[in-house]
Amino acid sequence: MSTPAATDPAARVVDTVVVAATSPATVQPFTELGLTEGEYLRIRDILGRRPTSCELAMYSVMWSEHCSYKSSKMHLRQFADKAPASDVLLVGMGENAGVVDVGDGYAVTFKIESHNHPSFVEPHQGAATGVGGIVRDILTMGARPVAVLDPLRFGPADAADTARVLPGVVAGIGGYGNCLGLPTIGGELVFDASYAGNPLVNALCVGVMRHGDIKLARADGPGNLVVLFGARTGGDGIGGVSVLASDTFADGGPSKRPSVQVGDPFTEKLLIECCLELFAADLVVGIQDLGGAGISCATSELASAGTGGMEVDLDTVPLRDAGLSPEEILMSESQERMCAVVRPADLDAFLAICARWDLPATVIGTVTDTGRLVVRWHGQTVVDVPPRTVAHDGPVYDRPVARPADQDDLVADGPEALPRPTDGEGLAATLLALLAAPNLADPSWVTQQYDRYVLGNTVLAGPADAGMVRIDEASGLGVAVATDGNGRYTRLDPYAGAQLALAEAYRNVAVTGARPVAVTNCLNFGSPQDPGVMWQFTQAVAGLADACAQLGVPVTGGNVSFYNQTGQTPILPTPVIGVLGVIDDVARRTPLALGADGEVLLLVGETADELGGSEWAHALHGHLGGRPPRVDLERERQLAQILVAGSRDGLLSAAHDISDGGLAVALVEMALAGDAGLRVVLPEDLDPFVALFSESAARAVVVVPRSEELRFTDMCVARDVPVVRIGVVDGHGDEAALDVQGQFSLPMARLRAVRAATLPALFGSGPAA
Amino acid sequence: MSARVGVVTFPGSLDDADARRAVGLAGGQAVTLWHKDADLLGVDAVVLPGGFSYGDYLRAGAIAGHAPVMGPLVAAAREGLPVLGICNGFQVLCEAGLLPGVLTRNAGLRFVCRPQALVIESSATVWTSRYRGGQRVVVPVKNGEGRYVADEATLDALEAEGRVVARYADGDPSGSSRSIAGVASADGRVVGLMPHPEHAVDALTGPGTDGLGFFASVLDALVGAR
Repeated sequence: MSTPAATDPAARVVDTVVVAATSPATVQPFTELGLTEGEYLRIRDILGRRPTSCELAMYSVMWSEHCSYKSSKMHLRQFADKAPASDVLLVGMGENAGVVDVGDGYAVTFKIESHNHPSFVEPHQGAATGVGGIVRDILTMGARPVAVLDPLRFGPADAADTARVLPGVVAGIGGYGNCLGLPTIGGELVFDASYAGNPLVNALCVGVMRHGDIKLARADGPGNLVVLFGARTGGDGIGGVSVLASDTFADGGPSKRPSVQVGDPFTEKLLIECCLELFAADLVVGIQDLGGAGISCATSELASAGTGGMEVDLDTVPLRDAGLSPEEILMSESQERMCAVVRPADLDAFLAICARWDLPATVIGTVTDTGRLVVRWHGQTVVDVPPRTVAHDGPVYDRPVARPADQDDLVADGPEALPRPTDGEGLAATLLALLAAPNLADPSWVTQQYDRYVLGNTVLAGPADAGMVRIDEASGLGVAVATDGNGRYTRLDPYAGAQLALAEAYRNVAVTGARPVAVTNCLNFGSPQDPGVMWQFTQAVAGLADACAQLGVPVTGGNVSFYNQTGQTPILPTPVIGVLGVIDDVARRTPLALGADGEVLLLVGETADELGGSEWAHALHGHLGGRPPRVDLERERQLAQILVAGSRDGLLSAAHDISDGGLAVALVEMALAGDAGLRVVLPEDLDPFVALFSESAARAVVVVPRSEELRFTDMCVARDVPVVRIGVVDGHGDEAALDVQGQFSLPMARLRAVRAATLPALFGSGPAA
Repeated sequence: MSARVGVVTFPGSLDDADARRAVGLAGGQAVTLWHKDADLLGVDAVVLPGGFSYGDYLRAGAIAGHAPVMGPLVAAAREGLPVLGICNGFQVLCEAGLLPGVLTRNAGLRFVCRPQALVIESSATVWTSRYRGGQRVVVPVKNGEGRYVADEATLDALEAEGRVVARYADGDPSGSSRSIAGVASADGRVVGLMPHPEHAVDALTGPGTDGLGFFASVLDALVGAR
């Protein structure tokens, strides 16, 4: 990588503002830094001279796709423009994370981010620092981080590279999250050939605070001090943002390994406790974490959002490597660092708390009202820029959009021609094959590597439709969070696919008894310079914004990850949607596990012959074509109301959403979780195959005691939502079976074994037994 | 007034709040002890909680074993102060020389978090008197370095003296010598346990309430001694 940073700083002339002003003809490596000629000329225009090498480094990282959202910005405005009226948003989009009022004076902040490219290059550290970054975003809002969820997508489960990437990613997430003391309460595990060479490692963090504790990333008050605290600054992750997140992996390129940051969860744990003490003592005027683009990002964003100016002295930054050049110090993405704005009178108290947690803390600058961000190094001015032009007024592109030429053929190639089982034996074989498929198999190989118990407030964490944590021990107030996304559906119809992802996460939250209130999203797509990808993106954003409006749940923030492709082949378009729900008393949550014998299973919602993009078509036939299931948001809303009311009124003993693999897979998951068996009578008006394996949306299975059946069905009828009894819980333990009457009967032990065998066979047997 | 049970917070302690909650649910008063303070604040017993003290750099529990708070703690433990080390706390007790053996990387080389069946082998310690010998309990296990290892002579002595407190049942998550999940000091007042009883004190947030007995046991001993 030939950046100006690569040269020995001691052996070269410092490129100061004075030098830049007098040497306009100097050729600068803007292309290597990821800037276009137009962007470079715009920088020269803004500054009225050529940028110094430090300024060029700064603009290049801050104007990268990852930091500037230059290709997505104009489309993301829909989330605000179409946002439903909501009285729960305390902080909306644009901050580090949105903040939601959950009642009783509590506020919850949550956000999802991607760390896809670093996780491919260096799976362990890439995934670990992905967790670290999102946790700092939540902490920066003033909240105590309380839980994480990890939606993961990999290439084919049996591909050699998946065996390299998956164990590293899982160990990285576990190693970081476990050491940080945050329970992992959910996530996803999806395999698809399109993610080979480009895994999706998304991480969502949830934090809790009191209303009055919200902190913003603003440097207000001239004369206030800028304090850098946490880990020392080293040479890791230099250029990671612009080089890794904004470029595709081309064959034969130089190794990019050194660009990935290295995480230290122990320091992050200290940083969390230290920050929470600083917040409690009211010693922080504004705060920003250092992630992508490091000091460049933190100082320019703080200054841009605040009084408007800042002076920074790079010689004061504590370094791990004294040989770092000023460009490298500005660009370093060393982890576990924070930047706070502190009143001079509070400095001693601030530093004392940092010392108590053994964290280095150093004043590196001062807030000014000059409207300029001025950075000095060795007594010379190396940066003098209007911070807004760096942080907030970057380039915005209206990229060309074109519906892919193959889209019509894809939609025309429906699953109707695929052979379907026609008798009980065939249906049983289909179920067994689906349960063994990597996307539906028991994910314990992954989830057992994550601590779910720490902090002692985890009420639900896999197998569950949503993770749930208690936030107030006295009242039982809690929140539920689910993440969902389906790249196959989105490939077939990006507008509907994004809506189906939202609908599923919304439903998954409601199934647990929590009221869905807000949305975060991680939009994973291919190159924005491909008009076909841009069409997928714009369709998905529009679909999501429209669906959020209809369901009454605002988007509070999120992340766009472009350039997820290998060569010219993009990944399946994969919007991953997180939904946050509130439950007044977690003791009333609805679990997924089947309960007592004799309890009644009801199918709520309407089943149609909808197998386009289904797990059945994918896993058994390697087929992707046709249309995804129909979207009915009004029905989703009614279903959610029924599920939340059923939980509140104590009618439900269990419930589970129906999605990948259809009713059959949902029933098996409920039965296995409860170590129970069940007798099933399929609805007479449905083809048995369709009844068992269709993926029609807006459906759930609920379990009610016989005494509550009528009350529950009345509630459905009153809302005009179809409900039909499909079975009873029948037997527990060794004798239990799934008996689909008139079709097949399979022992639960066999279903359990089939489902459990897949991942250990691929990635190594479980813990020593 | 109920007995006061100190819970030490090292940098990197994670389950300290859980341990304090468990003490409270069992009827005790939890007192926070800070690693830099060589002062036990007059507590009647101490819990060393789970976590990754000092990042588990060097070796799990190694640096914590030399923290200022450990000076008075080791001295008091040798005089009979009840001490329960859970997970990382167990590692710290071994490193501090209060318990024999060491805890090494799991045989499967992976972190394992799951509800775990245990058999309580000894009810003769101050931390297990509420259980029957041979009683099965389920509490979470969660660690990457939980494989208990000691030489054969030490293991034989522990068995002979009834100092094996708990053993894994239905599968050992770590590959420990003789499936040992916890051991006690000779006087039965210092106990190290790899699984996490503080995560099994409320059926809403854990696999049950089987873990509460550890905390209730020591409170029985402390209140009975007054």
